Amino acid sequence: MNQAIRNAWIAIAVMFALILGAISYVQVIGADDLNKNSWNNRAILQTFCQERGPILVAGKPIAQSVESGSDTCKFQRTFPGQDLYAGITGFYSNVYGSSGLENTMNSTLTGRSDELLMDRIRQLFLGEQPQGASVELTIDPAIQKLAYDLIPDGQRGSIVVTNPKTGAIIAMVSKPSYDPNLIATQDQAAASAAMQKIQSEQGINLNQGVSGPTGALLAPGSVFKLVDTAAALASGKYNKDSVLPNPAQMTLPGTNTQLPNYAGGNCYTRDKADFAFALEQSCNTPFASIALDLGQDAIAKQAAAFGYGQDAGDQLHLDYSPGVWPQKLNQAQLAQSAIGQFDVKASPLQIALVTSAIANGGVQMKPSLVKSITAPDLHVVSEPKPEVLRTSTTPDIARQITEWMTDVVSQGIAGAAAVPGVKVAGKTGTAELGVTNSKGQMLNNSWFTGFAPADNPQVQVTVVMEGVDIYQGAALTSPTARKIFEAVLNK
Amino acid sequence: MSGVETVEKPRRNVELLLLLLAFAVSIGANTMKGLQDGTAFGSDFWLQEALLAVPALAIHAVLRFRAKYADPLILPIVVTLNGLGLAMIHRLDTPQTDYGNTQARWTVVGMVLAIAVVWFLRDHRILRRFTYISLIVSAVLLLLPLVPGITAGEINGAQVWIRIGGSTFQPGEVAKITIAVFFAGYLSTNRDLILLAGRRIGKLQLPRFKDLGPMVVAWLAAIGILIFQHDLGMSILFFGIFISTIYIATSRVSWAILGVLLMFAGAMAASLALPHIRLRIDGWLNAFSPEVYGRTSGSSYQIVQGLFGMANGGLLGTGLGQGRPDLVPFSHSDMIVASFGEELGLVGLFAIVLLYALLVTRGFRAALGARDSFGKLLASALSAAIGLQVFVIIGGVTRLIPLTGLTTPFLAAGGSSLLANWIIVALLLVISNAARRPTAQGPLVADDGHGSARHADLAQPGDTMTTQAVRTR
Repeated sequence: MNQAIRNAWIAIAVMFALILGAISYVQVIGADDLNKNSWNNRAILQTFCQERGPILVAGKPIAQSVESGSDTCKFQRTFPGQDLYAGITGFYSNVYGSSGLENTMNSTLTGRSDELLMDRIRQLFLGEQPQGASVELTIDPAIQKLAYDLIPDGQRGSIVVTNPKTGAIIAMVSKPSYDPNLIATQDQAAASAAMQKIQSEQGINLNQGVSGPTGALLAPGSVFKLVDTAAALASGKYNKDSVLPNPAQMTLPGTNTQLPNYAGGNCYTRDKADFAFALEQSCNTPFASIALDLGQDAIAKQAAAFGYGQDAGDQLHLDYSPGVWPQKLNQAQLAQSAIGQFDVKASPLQIALVTSAIANGGVQMKPSLVKSITAPDLHVVSEPKPEVLRTSTTPDIARQITEWMTDVVSQGIAGAAAVPGVKVAGKTGTAELGVTNSKGQMLNNSWFTGFAPADNPQVQVTVVMEGVDIYQGAALTSPTARKIFEAVLNK
Repeated sequence: MSGVETVEKPRRNVELLLLLLAFAVSIGANTMKGLQDGTAFGSDFWLQEALLAVPALAIHAVLRFRAKYADPLILPIVVTLNGLGLAMIHRLDTPQTDYGNTQARWTVVGMVLAIAVVWFLRDHRILRRFTYISLIVSAVLLLLPLVPGITAGEINGAQVWIRIGGSTFQPGEVAKITIAVFFAGYLSTNRDLILLAGRRIGKLQLPRFKDLGPMVVAWLAAIGILIFQHDLGMSILFFGIFISTIYIATSRVSWAILGVLLMFAGAMAASLALPHIRLRIDGWLNAFSPEVYGRTSGSSYQIVQGLFGMANGGLLGTGLGQGRPDLVPFSHSDMIVASFGEELGLVGLFAIVLLYALLVTRGFRAALGARDSFGKLLASALSAAIGLQVFVIIGGVTRLIPLTGLTTPFLAAGGSSLLANWIIVALLLVISNAARRPTAQGPLVADDGHGSARHADLAQPGDTMTTQAVRTR
């Protein structure tokens, strides 16, 4: 009988060994897969209900955690910045995850980043709840509000205001926007309903996690001529006095398609033009012929130097879509691409980077959004210094283009951007969308990009209004830029 | 007779030391939990600890008087488990629930019953007189949940509850004990008949049917539980007790294998015939298919969420009070193992499993040392029941086997199970006392003046070692 008892014990012992094996499998070997399973909402729930550090603009929170008063979920993320800052903060939801700074700065906001290690250890010893660091932004709230209000409700558009010398982003807005509070709620049904409503609005695509100013890729139109000009001057074939062919229209090589000059301006008054005139009046044919002359590789190289197809550095902390210069163009496509049509695409921030490089002597600074990170005990953990992103062109070429861009505002078609007593440099762009409105007018993306003062740039402004006719575009871009220049320079 | 030589020492002081260690573990767990919600070291905190410690020390004191040779490890192990369970259940309580205090009350009741058993049951062999009564009591207990007026109806898909006053009770938990008593009593009496009287067919010695009659009744009862009460876990447990006692009584591996095969056959047939069992097995095999996960009945949601919790705990756990075990349904009862896995990690769960292993081992050790076949059978049946129950529930939670609604002994919230398991502990203590007590030399008088264990009228046929028919395999 005792032998049988021993055998029975062995059988039970084998069962216990099996259990230990199963536990090891679940908690160690298979744990990674289980933690990554899409049904597993523990990770987000665990952080979702914890206190996160605030995101601050001029010391005021635009995203913060407040005590919710419930036991199961102690903290609720709220967004006092609402629609005005949604493109920057992003959203934070236990249904949809997170986007924007809430996503990219997550480890800082939760206090888990390496730079906060000492704080974590201190909290551990003091038995404190882990706290996140607060993130102060470079945004100027007054300018942000002004820029936002300058885009009419119902109008799709973006505005990027930066300091070209430091890369600091002063304002970055786009419409339509949304209120992140609606999807931050713990009520999952309400969050889903709000999300569906937001997604149904044209111009918002939260699934891609990109916001208008940094992620929306639009045809740049004539603002791309700044790249052509830099490429031409860099090639050595052209200088400031070069005379360019300026026919009223040209037949695209190998096709019957006509590429016309802009009919509304003064281009038709000359069939030869210098750079100053061509840029001032934004004539198309001179730049098309420059591109055909230099070849696509030269333009592609110059575009890359301005950041097309390149990243925007590590100080932006937002999803960024770099500009697109298409590959393997035939001559006709090259001519169209040179004036920012065909498949050339750029986000508002990309255009701002090009302009900033010209403003800053050919040097692009890293666009930065974070001014400082402060630990829970109020000591400053990091203050990102301005850093060079890349060199786009030489100081001489930058100075030359600046001079021409100043003429564009003082004598050319961007006159509405002029600020009394200040030299403003600028360039407009109109990219045809190939659709017309009810009145039969062609709809465009209308651009203005520029900086002021021209001789000592303090502020760069890029404005784009989408789907407007030519008159709306004229009314919404250059005058808008002027108001922002005035506001920043009068501070 | 006894196959195990132990040093004949009471070792009660060792037990006391280990008990203090058990209290320390419990206080530590409660402190971890209390630091999270700010209840640490309040008056409630100490009251909870007292509710565990005072009756436990009372058992210890009673053992010193009544069963001073009882195994010194059993009580501290169980107090540790019980204390850990209390801490976790308290930690999982929401402002709307009060499982923690209910569990604390049942703990006291369970321990008081254990004291009563140790005090009044001078010798476990007295239970042998109740062999057939135990069978009847088991049958009645198992039928109670089906009786209209007493039954609490179906709760979570199983009809195993009765209503007493304001609370519910699971008579099946107590039936575990009575059925073990019946098997042990019946088999220790009829071993030789079953083994020897009967026809031989080739090498296989078949028992006479009439000798197996009561066993068949018990076997049918287990099937009945499955069919009428939808309680897969309990029927597996009964089968397990049945197979282990019959194997230990007869030492025939072939019978044990036959029993296991019968069990599987029963389970297969049940899964084909009974939709809810089929759902259970489906939920085990296809736990991660969206259709199974999302359905309303027989969903794998519970087990999958439990696995997420355990994975979240990883090696070291999140710490008591810092995980989210509350996301798992029944995190305080059926899924409490997953809650421990999440908050104490693999390390903590291993420790818990090893405590169980040690408890079962000490139970089997008492069986080895017992000097009568009834004691051997009863102790091993009760130990096997605990071991099997732990295997079935933890195996279910880790998705090793289909999940069944068994309680985790001493840890899970549930008064009936706590009560029954404390009685089992008391029985094991009594048997281990008999096993470890010095064999009386000379006058048959024990230390306390009562008759010693070697009463002639209690000696039984079949108390000698049987032939080792198994060895030829």
